[in-house]
Amino acid sequence: MSHLRVDLRQRAEELVALYPRPRSAMLPLLHLVQEQDGYVSPEGIDEVAELTGTTPADVRGTASFYDMFHLEPVGRYVVGVCTNIACLLAGGEELLAHAARHLDCAVGSTTDDGLFTLEETECLADCGHAPCVTVNHRYVRTTTAEAFDAMIDEVRSGRRDHEIPDHGTLVRVRRNGGLRVPDEVIAAERAAAKAARARRLEEAG
Amino acid sequence: MTETRTTVTVTVNGRAVAAAPGELLIDVAERAGTYIPRFCYHPRMEPVGVCRMCLVEVEGPRGATLQPACYQHVNDGMVVTTDSPKVKKAQEGVLEFLLANHPLDCPVCDKGGECPLQDQALTHGPGETRFVEEKRHFVKPIEIGPLVLLDRERCIQCARCTRFAAEVAGDTEIAFAGRGDQIEVAPSPEHPFTSVFSGNTVQICPVGALTATPYRFAARPWDLEQVESTCTQCAVGCRLAVQSSGNRLTRVLGVDSDPVNHGWLCDKGRFTLDAIDGHEGSRDPLDPSSRITSPLVRRDGTLVEATWGEALARAAELLGAARAHDGGVGVIGGAALTNESAYAWARVAREVLGTEHVDAQYGDGLDARRVLALPGATIDDACAARVVVTLCGDPREELPVLFLRLRGALARRGHDLVELAVGPSALHPLATVSIPVRPGEAHRVIDALADEGRAPADLALDEDARARARELLGDGEGVVVVAGRTNLAEDPAVVERALTRLAEALPRARFLVASRRGNVRGAIDAGLAPGLRPGRVLGAGGRDTLAQLAALREGAQRAVLVLGDLLGNVLDRAGAAAALERADVVAVTGHGGATLAHADVVLPAAVQHERTGTVTNLEGRVTAVVPKIVAPGAAWPDVAIAAELARALGAELAMDSVEDAARAYEVSTGYPALTVLLDATSEGRLAGSASAPAPRRPLDPMAFPGIRSAAWVGLGESAGDVAESAPPLAVPPLAAPALADLGPAPSPEVPGRDAYGLALRVAPRLYDHGVAVAGSPALAALVGPTEARLHPGDLDRLGLDTGGRLLVRGAGRTLELTVARDAQVPRGVLEVAFGALGDGGEDVNALADPDAVITQVKVEAR
Amino acid sequence: MAVLDAPRIVTSRLAYEDSHTLARYLATGGYAALRKALSLHPEQVAAEVDQASLLGRGGAGFPAGRKWSMLRPSEVAYLVVNGDESEPATFKDHLLVERDPHQLVEGVIIAAYALQVNRAFIYLRGEFALGLERVQAAVNEAYDHGALGRNVFGSGFSLDVVVHPGAGAYICGEETALLEGLEGKRGFPRIKPPFFPAAQGLYGEPTVVNNVETMSNLPWIVLNGGAAFAALGAGRSTGTRLFALAGRVNRPGVYEVEMVKNTFRDLIYDPAFGGGVPGDRPVKAFIPGGVSAPWFGPDQLDLPLGQDEVGAQGSMLGSGSVVVLDDTSCAVRAAWRITKFFSRESCGQCTPCREGSGWIERAMYRLEHGGGRVEDLDLLLDLCDNIAPGLTWPPQQTTICVLGPSIPSSVHAAIEMFKDEFLAHVETQGCPFD
Repeated sequence: MSHLRVDLRQRAEELVALYPRPRSAMLPLLHLVQEQDGYVSPEGIDEVAELTGTTPADVRGTASFYDMFHLEPVGRYVVGVCTNIACLLAGGEELLAHAARHLDCAVGSTTDDGLFTLEETECLADCGHAPCVTVNHRYVRTTTAEAFDAMIDEVRSGRRDHEIPDHGTLVRVRRNGGLRVPDEVIAAERAAAKAARARRLEEAG
Repeated sequence: MTETRTTVTVTVNGRAVAAAPGELLIDVAERAGTYIPRFCYHPRMEPVGVCRMCLVEVEGPRGATLQPACYQHVNDGMVVTTDSPKVKKAQEGVLEFLLANHPLDCPVCDKGGECPLQDQALTHGPGETRFVEEKRHFVKPIEIGPLVLLDRERCIQCARCTRFAAEVAGDTEIAFAGRGDQIEVAPSPEHPFTSVFSGNTVQICPVGALTATPYRFAARPWDLEQVESTCTQCAVGCRLAVQSSGNRLTRVLGVDSDPVNHGWLCDKGRFTLDAIDGHEGSRDPLDPSSRITSPLVRRDGTLVEATWGEALARAAELLGAARAHDGGVGVIGGAALTNESAYAWARVAREVLGTEHVDAQYGDGLDARRVLALPGATIDDACAARVVVTLCGDPREELPVLFLRLRGALARRGHDLVELAVGPSALHPLATVSIPVRPGEAHRVIDALADEGRAPADLALDEDARARARELLGDGEGVVVVAGRTNLAEDPAVVERALTRLAEALPRARFLVASRRGNVRGAIDAGLAPGLRPGRVLGAGGRDTLAQLAALREGAQRAVLVLGDLLGNVLDRAGAAAALERADVVAVTGHGGATLAHADVVLPAAVQHERTGTVTNLEGRVTAVVPKIVAPGAAWPDVAIAAELARALGAELAMDSVEDAARAYEVSTGYPALTVLLDATSEGRLAGSASAPAPRRPLDPMAFPGIRSAAWVGLGESAGDVAESAPPLAVPPLAAPALADLGPAPSPEVPGRDAYGLALRVAPRLYDHGVAVAGSPALAALVGPTEARLHPGDLDRLGLDTGGRLLVRGAGRTLELTVARDAQVPRGVLEVAFGALGDGGEDVNALADPDAVITQVKVEAR
Repeated sequence: MAVLDAPRIVTSRLAYEDSHTLARYLATGGYAALRKALSLHPEQVAAEVDQASLLGRGGAGFPAGRKWSMLRPSEVAYLVVNGDESEPATFKDHLLVERDPHQLVEGVIIAAYALQVNRAFIYLRGEFALGLERVQAAVNEAYDHGALGRNVFGSGFSLDVVVHPGAGAYICGEETALLEGLEGKRGFPRIKPPFFPAAQGLYGEPTVVNNVETMSNLPWIVLNGGAAFAALGAGRSTGTRLFALAGRVNRPGVYEVEMVKNTFRDLIYDPAFGGGVPGDRPVKAFIPGGVSAPWFGPDQLDLPLGQDEVGAQGSMLGSGSVVVLDDTSCAVRAAWRITKFFSRESCGQCTPCREGSGWIERAMYRLEHGGGRVEDLDLLLDLCDNIAPGLTWPPQQTTICVLGPSIPSSVHAAIEMFKDEFLAHVETQGCPFD
């Protein structure tokens, strides 16, 4: 029995088919699990292990290397506030402290209503709008305490759902079809190109 | 170790050192006497260069740079400095970093006293710590598997254990989790570390992060004494260091034997110590966890303690009376004994009891004469083979370290595996071709592989697989067949015929016979087999074990001398019990067991780690076993029991010591028993082979921490060193039977398949109900659930999934069993584990018809 | 005075709101370079890139043309684009993938053609949710447009491109760690040798790994010729380069700047770029090329923005990020925060980096937040020395990858440049800037 929903299972199998080796699909598959379960669940780990030909310990160990994968349930919205150098110089620490007060939740934990998880992040590469704030990896560009509070209100009320989907980086990333160039085409083309290059070298003396 | 070709010169600290191109600098320097400190490097695993302790200066185009010696492949002209101030500072810096977060709990740490980190810190470390920060904290310790505890605070992230799991055992049940200084070793919480090799991670852990539950707080290294010996739990013959504190076995550790185990052990061999010591409180001779400490004689239906004199007299009386009858006595068992004991008993059987009815196997092996006649291969041969063919049970369950060696070789070298898949096998993922083989079909599948024509349709062979296999096998050049008994509920004639045909069809192929039991090969060589005299000499045939049991039931045989646990090991327990019940039974054993319910006399024997002698592994390699503890109570070594029993029967074996027996064996047959017993310089020698004995390798203290720190005593104390070789004896060449002398293997009459039934496969598992497991609480907890394994297609047909219940009818009995889905079980087969017990304690073996070539069972979903 | 007359090579479309769409891309000359490239022999395309002296824009600055020439001939080879931009204060690739994804895709196809590689992977930082959407959409459009898939534009050359999402690990910007991530493993940088993925890369096959900005330069180079590109800038540092300017400046942002012709002062002060420091405070220090780079002081403001020019002064242009500290910025806090970053992002393989980064971070934390001791300064320098022996530039290292020797850069520079500030922290047992 597949733990992934039918549609996600199909996407998962399509992802595996994009790579020369199934294990390469590990990170996208873990994103998919997170998209369905809100975190990298034990059942999801088992399924990724099966899809990638690895073991649950291996999948869990791999997932735990990457910050975006949560091995424990998190809030519906993961709010990240950057305090790295550019944001530090722009008041990132102060904004993070404000966020903790406003959400009434310690950094690294989840609000009692399960809506928000607050994280201190490393640089998110949006230093032109420091301090950088993201919600479910969407840049919200609220650099002041007031703007932050207003944004939280909007997210809480659902008014930002069109731009900030629930978990999952890949929710809106859809590849249009699988690979188009089979291995035998690659082999034939490479052989032809090699021959053409040899001819050119010969002609060039 | 194979001779390396020396062609390059490396300069280490100004000295020229010869090396093979591509050798690792850390090894080259060590050989030249320059030991470079290390933590993550292990000579039996691929280097990863992560601990950075082995940084040395290597000259390069941009001047001398710090490089990890474990990851530098030497080339000609390489200039290396290992003792410069820069190197010293780098190494001391690494050590200081490793100690920064390491807890200061050495006094309560099991590794204390044998800890490489502690040793390095004492030799190279700074006197005082500069680390004033709060140390990293984890909950400690956590149980990551049934036998292994993890203390994450002590871990130095060397990745030895995780690499062992992934690279050596091939089951990544533990892996690194987290990142940076939060890295930890972790199993998946839902799937604990249950590998049958888990103890190896404890052994190679360079700190006290991994500890073995059974050894925890058991002893301090400085209280331990050790000997080097050979494990006899299975026929691989792993070399090990046996350690004890006083007369109590404490721990065994794998010793790196190049031709055999590379330092690895399975958990059964490692953790069965409790079974050897026995449960002190248990006096019940029927309980496998009891040690037999006194001779017992049955009086008024009850076994009571007796003196040796009384017991020997009674045994002689029973056996002597039976001897008078034609064919009245037989000997069963002996596969767990030393070669010298087996030889002594073989002499007793033939010369004193005058019988040819001797068989060390319990009906669970193959015809000894045919096994010996096959062209032999060593484990190294199999690992080097271009193509490995398996026609055997799951090697991980039956001969675990053989599996490790084969898996490692196949995975690393990319050689081909042709799997004749009789059931689930841990080698399956590495198979190039896998051909399902159902019970009763092995010889016909071999015919189909050997012959060009179309395969019979009823075999349902995949034509592509067959063609690929034929192509890989060729004429057998570079092919090694790993062959064993594939199904205990199948007449061994099926596999014997298959192997004979394979040997004919592939004249250049060689065979590694995967006999399972501890010293079965040695017992056969010593003459404990029907039709074989000591030293592999063909003799008159006699009854094998099953024939003896039948003769006992029919009254054609009157008495039997049982050397071991017959009832625990025979498929048809009820039939065997009935046979023993009618017979006069003299049992020689160190352990209690069901067999003793039928014994008239019980003679207590010393067991593994209590006795001296030699054993022979499945390749035919003879190694020494050395006692570490004294057998409890009045137990004697088997050689002494055999000699005294012979005396009681009026004969003189002239074997007052094991050395006497070894000398007699060697001088009369050429078997290198005494040579090996007296030679501590080699890793054993192949009996009957012209090749030189494998020389002993020195042990790297970092690779084998616990071994280097305990004191060696007695025989075998030279592990890692080189001692004087024993003088050669004048001995005749060793005999060997030839296939041609044996005639064609009979073709078994296999009944047609019943379209509604399933063929039964009974296969042994590592954690079974035998003495070694049952007597060890740590291992007894690991015996898997009793289940019937079926191919998914068959389960679907029955409308069942894993966990469903199935009524199975076979041999006139009906059992209800839980089913498990297993795509590696061939279609049409129902597989159960040998000796498994049903819900009500019924023996699943009883489903097998002991007289049939194969057993077909009827099934019905509940 | 800043030199502003160079053409916009990679930012020409950013004025358009819909710069990420195929329609806009085609309307602004998109995919013309690819058609031109396909009309040339692959080695001619490679020769143009070689002539352009296009230095890799990821951080190491290795010439792309030379990297390509090192690709080991093999039946299977791969092109991998490094879009895992994670060096703190570096946000130029982020801009390119969100705002001009087709330019990247066209560059990838050109590179693949020049290298005769039929399978390419674009590894994008997982946090770039919108960037992933945009690049995947561009790839989809490119397939539909005939620029990807079998027989690209009827040329007989075929290419599949797979967009691969990362998942949050700075170290995966290191090219061998990136390949591990692409193989579905923990992002542990691979031990060297092999030194170059061009010999042994993805799945052990020869692989070229190039940065997003490097790829994005290719359409212009093909259309205008390598010589035109090389005519910009000076010396080895040719063309324009994106600089991500952050910290204490009035106009933080990404600017395309002709190399060498402009200086750090131009970048920070010119109204077209940073527009100076808020409140006209003095520049106290600046980091010239990402937080792995040693810091510069005000006396280096007039250094030209050139790879070798900066290298000669003991630092690097690195990832193209410039962070400005003014006299209100605490050097100890800045160095501590950077160390905290490295400590969090150390992969954990090598002892000196794993344990050293955490130790240095905790000691720096004490200095900044109270609990500092005078002897901590020597201790810190010695710990740094145990990670990067000699504290030289370019650094020596005791670790597998360069994350290790990046740790000391800030701490060492801060202690050397602002020792008094450290002592003031010890004196007050806290931060004087609070």
